[in-house]
Formats: sequence, C-alpha cells, structure tokens
Amino acid sequence: MADQILTIPGDITTIERGAGPTLLEKLHSWVITVDHKKLGILYVLYALFFLLVGGGEAMCIRIQLAKPDSHFLDPATFNRFFTMHGTTMVFLVGMPILFGFANFAVPLMIGARDMAFPRLNAFSFWLTAFGGCLLYFSFLGGFGLYGMGSAPDVTWWAYAPLTARAFSPGHSTDYWALALIVGGFGTLGTAINIIATIVSMRCKGMTLMRMPLFPWLMLVVSGLALITITPLTAAQLMLLVDRYLGGHFFDTQAGGSAVIWMHFFWIFGHPEVYVLVLPAFGIASEIIPVFSRKAIFGYPAMVAASASIAFVGVSVWAHHMFTVGMTSTSNAFFALSTMVVGIPTGIKIFNWIATMWGGKIRFATPMLFCIALLFQFLCAGLTGIIQSVAPIDWQLHNSYFVIAHFHYVLVGATVMGIFAAIYYWFPKATGRMMSETLGKWHFWLFIIGFHVTFDTMHFLGILGMPRSIYTYQADRGWATLNLVVSIGGFIQGVAVLIFAYNLIRSCFRGAKAGNDPWDAWTLEWSIPSPAPEYNFAVEPVVRSRRPLWDLKHPEDPDWRYDQ
Amino acid sequence: MSTYSLVQPPETDAWELPARGPVAMVSLIIGETAIFTIFVVAYLFYLGKSLTGPTPAQVLEIPWFNSICLLSSSLTIWRSEHAITAGRIAQFKAWWMATIALGTIFLAGTATEWRKLIYQDGLTVHSNLFGTTFYSLVGLHATHVVVGLVMLTLVMAIALTGKIQAEHAERIKVLALYWHFVDAVWVVVFTVVYILGR
Amino acid sequence: MVPIYRCIRWAGEKRSTWGTAALLCLAPWKLHAEQAVSGSSTNIFSSFSRPSIEIDHLATFVFCIVGAIFVVVGSLLAYVLVRFRSRAEDETEPPQVYGSSQVELAWSVIPVLIVLVLFLATVRVLFAVQDPVKPQTAVDVTVVGHQFWWEFRYPKLGITTANELHIPVSSADHPSPTFLKLMSADVDHSFWVPQLGGKTDLIPNKVNQMWIDPVKPGLYLGQCAQFCGIEHAKMLLRVYVDTPEQFALWVQNQRQPAREDAAVAHGRKIFETEACINCHTVSGTAATGTFGPDLTHLMSRSTIGSGIAANNPANLREWIRDPDHFKKGCLMPAMQLSDEQIDAVVAYLSTLQ
Repeated sequence: MADQILTIPGDITTIERGAGPTLLEKLHSWVITVDHKKLGILYVLYALFFLLVGGGEAMCIRIQLAKPDSHFLDPATFNRFFTMHGTTMVFLVGMPILFGFANFAVPLMIGARDMAFPRLNAFSFWLTAFGGCLLYFSFLGGFGLYGMGSAPDVTWWAYAPLTARAFSPGHSTDYWALALIVGGFGTLGTAINIIATIVSMRCKGMTLMRMPLFPWLMLVVSGLALITITPLTAAQLMLLVDRYLGGHFFDTQAGGSAVIWMHFFWIFGHPEVYVLVLPAFGIASEIIPVFSRKAIFGYPAMVAASASIAFVGVSVWAHHMFTVGMTSTSNAFFALSTMVVGIPTGIKIFNWIATMWGGKIRFATPMLFCIALLFQFLCAGLTGIIQSVAPIDWQLHNSYFVIAHFHYVLVGATVMGIFAAIYYWFPKATGRMMSETLGKWHFWLFIIGFHVTFDTMHFLGILGMPRSIYTYQADRGWATLNLVVSIGGFIQGVAVLIFAYNLIRSCFRGAKAGNDPWDAWTLEWSIPSPAPEYNFAVEPVVRSRRPLWDLKHPEDPDWRYDQ
Repeated sequence: MSTYSLVQPPETDAWELPARGPVAMVSLIIGETAIFTIFVVAYLFYLGKSLTGPTPAQVLEIPWFNSICLLSSSLTIWRSEHAITAGRIAQFKAWWMATIALGTIFLAGTATEWRKLIYQDGLTVHSNLFGTTFYSLVGLHATHVVVGLVMLTLVMAIALTGKIQAEHAERIKVLALYWHFVDAVWVVVFTVVYILGR
Repeated sequence: MVPIYRCIRWAGEKRSTWGTAALLCLAPWKLHAEQAVSGSSTNIFSSFSRPSIEIDHLATFVFCIVGAIFVVVGSLLAYVLVRFRSRAEDETEPPQVYGSSQVELAWSVIPVLIVLVLFLATVRVLFAVQDPVKPQTAVDVTVVGHQFWWEFRYPKLGITTANELHIPVSSADHPSPTFLKLMSADVDHSFWVPQLGGKTDLIPNKVNQMWIDPVKPGLYLGQCAQFCGIEHAKMLLRVYVDTPEQFALWVQNQRQPAREDAAVAHGRKIFETEACINCHTVSGTAATGTFGPDLTHLMSRSTIGSGIAANNPANLREWIRDPDHFKKGCLMPAMQLSDEQIDAVVAYLSTLQ
C-alpha cells in the first residue's frame, strides 16, 4: 500500500551484467564502509556476538550457583566471570547495539542521507570494537586461557581500594580501565555524531517537535552520554595514575578516599542506566503506535518526560551509596530525587497505555516484545521505588533483590526493546522479513525463562543472599530458589538461540519485504527495502509527525489536527 | 479527544539548521567539561587533606605571565577568525602565528614551573595528595593545550601553502572554539589551584 | 481456534499480572510466617532488632502502595490488550487521538502525591534509625573488617575477639543496644545480619556507625555484603544475642588471659617459633600479631575460618595444614608443618578455651 517508486534522473537503473563483487570485495566494503546503515549493522552484529559471550558467562555463573558449595568454578574464575559478564553486557552489548540502532535508523527517520560525520562514525565503531577486543584479550594475558588469565575480577564497579596495586596486583584492573577508556572515546564520538546529525541534518519541515520519538530519545541519550561516560573516563584515568604513577587519588593509606571513587563511578553509573533504557523507550514509542494503529498519545509530554528523566537522572547517583555512611540528610536527598525520577518514567508508561487505548492492536512479534517491555518496566520501576526508600535499601542493597531489579530493567526493558527493534527494522535493513513463527517461539520461551529467573531472584534477595558470592552454605536455605533461577537462565538461552537461528536464516530465506511491511508512518518506510545507499533520492519535505500517514490518509492528515 | 486549531505549517523555504561543525565542537566541549569537572572536584575535595609534604601555599607561585599569555592567545585567535571571515588571509596567518607562539610560551612556562616544583620543592605525583591532584589537573589541561597546538600548527602549515581561503572560515572558527575552551578551562584551573587553593 | 489462542494469550498476560501481584504481596508475609523463629535465617522480614523491625513496618507500607500501583496499572494494561485487539476482518484505522491535557495532568499529579507520601514515611524511619539517641547502657563494639575475617573489639571491656560477635539482649525496661563502630584494615566490607538490621559498610580511612537493639536471644547469621576480594563469599558472620547472665559470663571468660597448660607445651613452642605469632595474638604470651584473628579464646567459638567450618580438631588440623582447602586465596599461608607438628599445635589450640 505504501510502495512508492521514485524515478531517479540519470541512468543508474541499468545494471552492468557480469560478475558481481567477490566475497573479498564484499567483506572489504564492510570493513572500509562509512555508510551509517552498514555501520549500524556492524554495531548490532558485534553486540549480538558479545550477547552470546556474556550470556555464556551468565550460564557458567548460574551453573556454579545452582547448588550450594559447588566446585564448578573456582572463586578466582567466578569473580572474573561475573565481572566480565557485567562489563560485557553494559559496554559491549548494551551501548553498541543501541548506538547501532541509532546509527541505522536516525538518518532514515529524519530524512538525511547519512550521519553528520561518516568517517568519525566509522572511527568510533572501530574504537569501540577495539576496546571490546582489548577487554577480552585479558583472558589470554597473564597465566593464559587455562588459568583464566588476567581478566578483570574486581566487579564491574571496581571499588577502590580493591583496585589499588596493593590489593589487585597483576593487570586485571588495567585491562578493565584501558578497554573502557578506549571504548568510551568511541561512544563519545558516536554521541557527538548523533547530536550533530539530529541538530543539523533534519529534512525540510521537520522541526524538533515533528521529529519521531526514537531520534528524540537518541538526542537526549547522546547528550546524556556526553556527561555520563566522561566521569568514568576521568575516574579511570585517576585509577591508572594511582596504579602506575604512584598517585593517591583513591589511596586510603595516604589520606585518599574510597568513597570518592564511589561518587565518581556512580555519577557515571546511574545516568548510564538511563542511557541504556531510554533508547528502548524510543523503540517502544515507534512500535506501539504502529501496531495499535494510533498516533502516540501526548507527544509533547513524552518529549518533556524524556528530557526530565535525563535531567533528574543525573541527580540520583548516591542511591547506590545509602550504606556507605553519608549523612542522613544526604541519604534523604537522594531518596527524594530517586522517587522524583520515577514520575516522568511512570508518565511514559501511562502514555503508552493510552496510545493502545481505543486502538486496534496487532500482536506481531515486535509488538509482543514492546508489550512485555511495558509490563516489565512497570515492575522494574516499582522495585526501584521500593529501593529508593533508603532504610529498605539498607537491607536490600548488594543483595539479589538489586540484581533482580536491574536485570528486570536491562533485560526486561532494554533487551526486549532490542529484540523488538531487530524484528521491526530487519526488513528495512535486509529487504526480508524474519519468521513470525520463530519470533513467537523466541518471545514466549524468553518471557517464561525471564520470569522464572528474575521473579524468583527477588525472593533470594529478601532471604538475605548477597551478590558477588561464588558460593553459599547449604544451611542458608537458598538452594532451591537458586536452582529455579538457573533453570530459567537456560530457558532464556534456548530462546536466544532460536532468535539467532531466525536472524541468520531470515537473511537468506526470509520472505521478501516491500518498502513498508508494517504499514507504518515514519520516513524510513518510504524508501525501498533494503534501503539504497543514498537513502532518499529526493530530500523529503514533511508537514507533520507522521508524513506517511498524511500521504496514506489525505482526507485526515495529521497536520490538520496536530503540530 | 483534543483537537488543535487548523494551522497551516509555516513556509519551509527558510529552512536553516545550525551548521554541524560548531554543533559537534560544542558537544565535544560539553563532554570535556565533564572530565575537567571531575578532576576539579577531586582537587577541591583533597585540599588540605594531604598527610605530608609540601602544601600549595609553600610551593605555588601564581603564574601571572603564563596566564596572560594564554588568555591573550584567545584574543589573537579571535582576531584571526575575524581576519579570515573578512578575507584578509595575510592577517589571518599573522594572528594565527601569534596564537601558536603564545600557546607555546604558556607550555614552556608550565614546564619551567614543574621543573622547579619537582627538583627544588620535591613535589611529585607520588609525594602527597596535593601532588597527585595538582599534576593531574594541570597536566590534563596542558595535554589539551598540546593537542590544540598540534591542530593549530597543522592549520598553519596548510595556510603557508596558500590553501586556506575565506570559504574555510567556518572550519577555522570550529577549531578556534576549541582553543577558547582550553583558555576558559585555564581560567577555572587557575582560580581553583592558585587562588582558592593557596 | 484463533479465539482460543487469543484467550490463552490474554490469560497468560493476565495470569502473569495477577500471579506476580499475588506473589509480591503475599510472599513477604509468607516468608515471615515461616521464619518467625530466630536463628539460622537471613530473611530480612524475620526481624529481632529494633532497626530491622522499623524497616519491616516501613517495607510493609511501601509494598502496599507499590502493590496497589501494580494492580491498577497492570489491570489497565491487561484490559487494553483484550478490549482493543484488532479483529481480523477490520482494515479501517481507529480514531486518532493525539493527547488530552486533563488526563495527562491527572496522571502527573497523582504520582507526585504518592512520592510525597512515600518520602515522608521514608524520612521518619531514616532519621530514627540513622541518628539514634545512644543510651548510657549501650554496649560499644569496634568492628574492623579484614580480608576475609571480622575483628571485634570491646574497648570498654578490654576484649578482642574474632568472627563471632556476642552481644546482650535488650529490652524496653533494660535497654542495652549495641553500638558498632565500623572500620576497615584493607578494602571495603559491609556488615549485614538481616534479622538484626540493615547493612553498613566498613570503609578504610572512614569510621561508620550502626546500632543493633536485639529483642530475643539466639544466633543470627549474616555475611560480608561488599565484594572484598577472592573469598568475599566466605566472610560469614555469627552474632550471638545472649541473655544478660550469659553475656556477663562470656565477658568474664574473654577477659582472662590465655589458659596455661603444661601438657601442651610442645605445641605452644611450635606455635611460638613457627611464625604463627607474626599474625596471631594469644594474650599473655609472646604472640602479639594482629594481621590475623585473636586466638586467645579460640575454643569459645563454634566455627573457624569466619564461619565456614565447625570448630573441631579435625577441621582445625586441616585448616592449619592447608587453609586454601577451605578458603582458596585466603591470606593465611600453609605453614608447611609436619603432621606431628600440626597435631601438637592443634592440641595446644584446643586448650585455648
């Protein structure tokens, strides 16, 4: 229905018959590409690879914890695995894949031909990729693979003074710091690129208040990333000064402070989780309207709420530090700010429900994942509110309740959003549809596994099980629940394998998709699938938030009723 | 259900968006500001907390000359921006050269100061908290000056081959923005380290 | 067929909504009921000390509010999914609604009010627990965290011990809460005994404070709750809440210097010459090391290795022979003693009642 064939002046429609590019030439074109679509796909593939690696680490952790006093992993290896699991999932999966989606979709959605700085784009990707490789090279350093090498083993938040030379001899901490500094510069480059693209390269008529919500959220996220990643870089530079130049930033023996590391880390760490979840909100804000057949409810409020989350979110960091002995006034302040940030977040949930209200909901796979995202984010937000009550956090901090909470956000919302986005934009990237049947298998298995694992995990926290422990005693009463948690993990693993199979198979045997398989309304669906290298033959001109709705419904265009 | 009044969208012929160069540089500056803020916070937090060793009051002399040089270089680079926008390439080159010279004098001054601190006063990164935070903060700034000077010198080299014309004014301005940022950071570092800290 | 599939899907969403709601609301009570007796539990809702009890009450209130929000929003979601699903034959688009100021205002104001209520409830308990009034009859304990054991000092009583904390029970007419001063000798640790209170961290170069006001005698379990290195998982805590009489007896015993017994002189000699004294203290002897736990009254403790093994001769023997066997990576080295030497040392240690 929305197929539009645009004729291009000139004669590029005749194709030279003859040998196409060789495999080597194809690979070479991917390595040297500066095309935002290819780079976006590279980011996604890179992240999906590390999703499997990080998932493997998680499975080893769950095997070890499935029963008490287990000897599947020795303590040193376990500590490396859970440190690497967290570091991998945040820096090598979450960040790359979300910035990868931004890379792919943002120029298409704002009617641009590429990102503002294509070569910076490529450079940023390769920097990020190198950072990840450096991090994993740590397994080979030191005593080599069998001895698990020098992989970081100081937890992903690497508190001082455990990371000082005195307590972490060897190079595990150095790999952690260096790999993330390098990757951080890559992220910074992409964030700058996204901001410049959105500010400077929107097509005619697309004011900021007519821009779709996914680019909006990527703009907010990129701005947030500028002031979020950089404190971590600063803190890690300070750590390296301590470890190599004899500095005393976090050296408690010389009067330094362990608490200041915590402040610096969490000033990064908390907004970082907003960097990880806001893009998922953007994805949901694109998919839910399309599959409810209604415009997003309250667009201005959604924009305002997103910006508020980013602003308020930089003021809540010390809710990770309620137990370190800050004054009661400080604790009260951070409890309040944490509760306050729940308000715009809740508003977004209401807006999504209101979007579906009165609509005609189609339960395709992308929509299933977004509905699950909504429900799970509701739960995650509520357990967040529980922990924002500082006295309750004095019990729950560093327990499995916290792990359950943040996995509810990061898997239940972010990963769900990622799956939804892949199913949704796969046709635009490859020209083929992913299998709906396999998609539904993936969805239901994953949901079951997810809830078996993470619902149960809340109770482990309530039962007093702390995090970061490689084993526990049999008389603690945690064994059965841990076994249940581990089983759920395996179910999720199977679901992800089904997804991987679906992804690869659909590349070659998926049904052909036209321009607009979902009957959607944003600019990327006006061009062929897969998108041609130049994106738009003619620069679009828009009059409303849903240019394709206006084209498909000339009797009832958005611009007559809405900004 | 709410309806908004029937408003025709404004004419989109005058569709002017900010140029991407300055937007990117401003974004970079915001990120760098965050890094510097963390180092400044660490410096302020650890003021007076050193257990041993030389204190700021004992060893720091206010680098008036250095600072005047660096801040003047903001003036000279602004003059050169002005010159190239107006198409006066020769003047642009002259002011640009002056900027590089002033920046280099600043670096030389910093090096001299550090020489004295290390060899005469025994202040090193290792000696105490003041040493760690001082060299880190001032060193981070100096690193940014070095990077800036490298870029400025590159541009100078290209300018000397005659390849820079008035149409490159926008790009020159983006680089100049970075240089202004470096100077602004120095104002903050100077105040925190040499005024407040002593 | 299709309607049935849709029913199942609806039921699935709805069931998970209601199911999880029920679990969230009921579970704490359920767990609380099961663990209503003290000892051998780390359930945060099984509380036997005033800070922990205060937190329980607050948590009940908060869980109710959160549960109500969950039920309301979850039900709305479930309703929407059922009521507004598309019918197969219907190809028309529904009416497009872009927003509603009234509705959006309402659902912005209500969360603000909820936050206000929650915050007021929070600060009341926060200040009460974190800034208590310390009575004269409080017991003072200094806790020093080490990799991977706990040092307990009672400055006013002149006692130093390790890993197993003894404190008196407190009651309304004879209040004797225990005030803990928390310090660390190396890296960050955290003192967490869920039944007695929330956790507070032990941070080097910083002194923290917490208090416990136990209401029932018994044994309470906990462990370190801040990753402190390779054997963080095995840095366990045992807190014995004694009756006043039991506590007085314990104090009296702990204040004695080490028992002297000529029968184990050989073992004591080995202990004093084989570098044990570099790390351990046995009061009244040449052993004055402080890197490891004080062993003066080792036999008064029911576990060794900070709670990971029962304190009996066989385990003691194995611990001395090779600490890594119990706690791989712990900081006590295997002293390479011969079997005969170990037997002698164990015999000596067994007299340190």
